Amino acid sequence: MSLPCEQLDLLVIGAGPAGLCAAYEAAAVGCRVTIVDENDKAGGQLSKQIHRFFGSSHHGAGKRGIEIAEELFGDCLKLGVDVRLSSSVLGLFSNGEVMIDAPTQLCLVNPGAVIVATGASEKSLAFPGWTLPGVMGAGAAQTLINIHRILPGSRVLMVGSGNVGLIVSYQLLQAGAEVVGVVDTAGSISGYQVHAGRVRREGIPVYLGHRLLSARGSTGLEEVLVEAIEDGTVKRFEADVLCLAVGMSPLCDLAAMRDCRMVYEDALGGLVPWHGADMRTSQSPVYIAGDASGVEEASVAMEEGRIAGISAAEDLGSLNSGEAAERRAAIAKRLDELRAGPHSRGKLAAKERLYAR
Amino acid sequence: MAFNNFRILQHPVLGEKKNGKEVRIFLDGLPIHAVEGEPIAAALYAAGVRITRLSPHKKEPRGAFCMIGRCTECCMIVDGEPNVRTCRTMVRDGMRVETPRGWME
Repeated sequence: MSLPCEQLDLLVIGAGPAGLCAAYEAAAVGCRVTIVDENDKAGGQLSKQIHRFFGSSHHGAGKRGIEIAEELFGDCLKLGVDVRLSSSVLGLFSNGEVMIDAPTQLCLVNPGAVIVATGASEKSLAFPGWTLPGVMGAGAAQTLINIHRILPGSRVLMVGSGNVGLIVSYQLLQAGAEVVGVVDTAGSISGYQVHAGRVRREGIPVYLGHRLLSARGSTGLEEVLVEAIEDGTVKRFEADVLCLAVGMSPLCDLAAMRDCRMVYEDALGGLVPWHGADMRTSQSPVYIAGDASGVEEASVAMEEGRIAGISAAEDLGSLNSGEAAERRAAIAKRLDELRAGPHSRGKLAAKERLYAR
Repeated sequence: MAFNNFRILQHPVLGEKKNGKEVRIFLDGLPIHAVEGEPIAAALYAAGVRITRLSPHKKEPRGAFCMIGRCTECCMIVDGEPNVRTCRTMVRDGMRVETPRGWME
């Protein structure tokens, strides 16, 4: 079987914060850009972020993720970016061709450059009962409540006190669920104070220094046993949902398939394609951006996306190298500000190590 | 429309839920109300159904884990086609969804 192969200039895979920003930057300097996403809406994880972002005005402070997603998508449409939704990329082949499972047919494209901005997936934990219905990723619960407007259950126990665990806990409350607690093995809350304060004000108990023992139930989750690490005291929670907010793994299989050199960085979520600060991978013309290049915040993903878009535009001849370097430097400065806080120290060190490898 | 309380009709940030077009799907032959534009897995949750399949050997219940098409825990038989990710497949009026019951042994 042979498929006709469509010639494209720049293909961006993933219409989340990184991909939309990459597409915008490249299109703004005259590149012909196609963006594909397997979802039926653009926005990626921003589409379920109903809380207000903070930081500088440059990073959408004061706006909700859903609003930022709509703006970025609108900006791309205005520049004439070719958007193909409900389309999954099945493979990046060594001859440069890309196979896409589009709504009505399989198609093959041959882009001059590819930006992989495929995001991340949630990690799990293994413990007795972890496969019971009702045990789910915190992000999965967030998708259900904020996008589909459906509660996964009525009593929720959250595992993990990072930002995802904290934010999803109070969003579950907003949606009408009862959150019976947040459990973390750590001795202190690992997310931002602002989110921790919100959880505390809502009266959700936080059990630090506690670990999951088991989840029980017959046809689905009914109860969860948790143990205090220090003295072995066991607590029993009645719950029909157990959310796991225990980190994310970069979704970079496509880059690996294209033979990009992969490196392991624990602080970035595991295996990621090696890349420079210009978001070029070891395989030209393949670029990486956002959580697929190492799990960080959405605001970081946006800036990395912009850098990837500029590098791709440079290599496609739409920007001269001096101009491209100048633009990247301005964005790199903003990235440094975003990564300046104590929460980002480990990620910043990992990124710097990675650039130097 | 008779929905149970798993549907979030009022939300402090997102406001009132816009009424989508109601469709009917069948789970193992029984009718379930669903709303156009939502994935099968979401419609099942709204109906209080959490089991998406039984595991191949031990026939233990499984449910959706990631809701973004990665984990495959939500794979069901849809209109006769096996291994369909129900978190990524939108409902369609009259759709027939079956719960995989593990391997025959």
